[in-house]
Amino acid sequence: MSAESPSIGDRLVHKEFPPITRHRLALYCGASGDHNPIHVDIDFAKQAGFPDVFSHGMLVMAYLGQALTDAVAPSRIRSFSTRFAAITQLGAKLTCEGTVTELFEDKGERRARLALTTKDQTGEIKLAGEAIIAL
Amino acid sequence: MVDQSAVGRAFTPVTARVEPGRLRFFLDTIGETNPIYRDEKAAQAAGYGAAAVPPTYLFCLEMMDAAEPFEFLRALDIDLARVLHGEQRFDYHAPVAVGDTVTFKPHVTSVTEKKGGAMTLVVVETEVTNQHGVHVADLSRTVVVRNARPS
Repeated sequence: MSAESPSIGDRLVHKEFPPITRHRLALYCGASGDHNPIHVDIDFAKQAGFPDVFSHGMLVMAYLGQALTDAVAPSRIRSFSTRFAAITQLGAKLTCEGTVTELFEDKGERRARLALTTKDQTGEIKLAGEAIIAL
Repeated sequence: MVDQSAVGRAFTPVTARVEPGRLRFFLDTIGETNPIYRDEKAAQAAGYGAAAVPPTYLFCLEMMDAAEPFEFLRALDIDLARVLHGEQRFDYHAPVAVGDTVTFKPHVTSVTEKKGGAMTLVVVETEVTNQHGVHVADLSRTVVVRNARPS
């Protein structure tokens, strides 16, 4: 198995991340430019009907992107997309995975489609997405 | 409530420079140690002109340098507290690296009611070009608006 000549079913992507902390959310607020208070201000989150602050979806997608580019050079990624299937809570320990689902040719290039998931420690799917990579 | 009249609405373009210090803050925040994002030589060996940006960083650059990061919500009269991120897509056409200046041009491409009006999905697509006019990427963001129940 390799990222250059994968087979359908190969798990190319696998990475685990440390638990989501309030500190991480504060750092991500600043580092990402996403200053939506719902992720860092518990008073705002409660007013909006949530029990506590929760992760930016894009922090979780950044982790998934990190897992992806650990396995695949960024210059080979043609597209990267995800659905935010569930809110990622404080304390979540995330595992990102990607499996080859299709090999095909497009624009004169051999490509692979990867099904990507991010799950928490209970196995709940937080992100369900895909990437198209050039081989 | 946001409706079909929003489709086609365009928002103020945002121009952002890929600065190494801000990029490092992002990399440190997500625990990213891949040298292609930090080391010019490693990036050049991989075909970039300078350190590359991670796959989701374009989304951040647009928010960081926008005069009003949530302009589209205000313009469409959507309350920030009622919004969740539903989907996100990136299509990459050309490399983006430290030192580049990229311009984002967002516009609304669809508005869809869900669950009998309890939710509205708004899709904003954003074309990204660099300082040479090269079309480097397209972003598509779907926001989920949790509509207030009628009283």
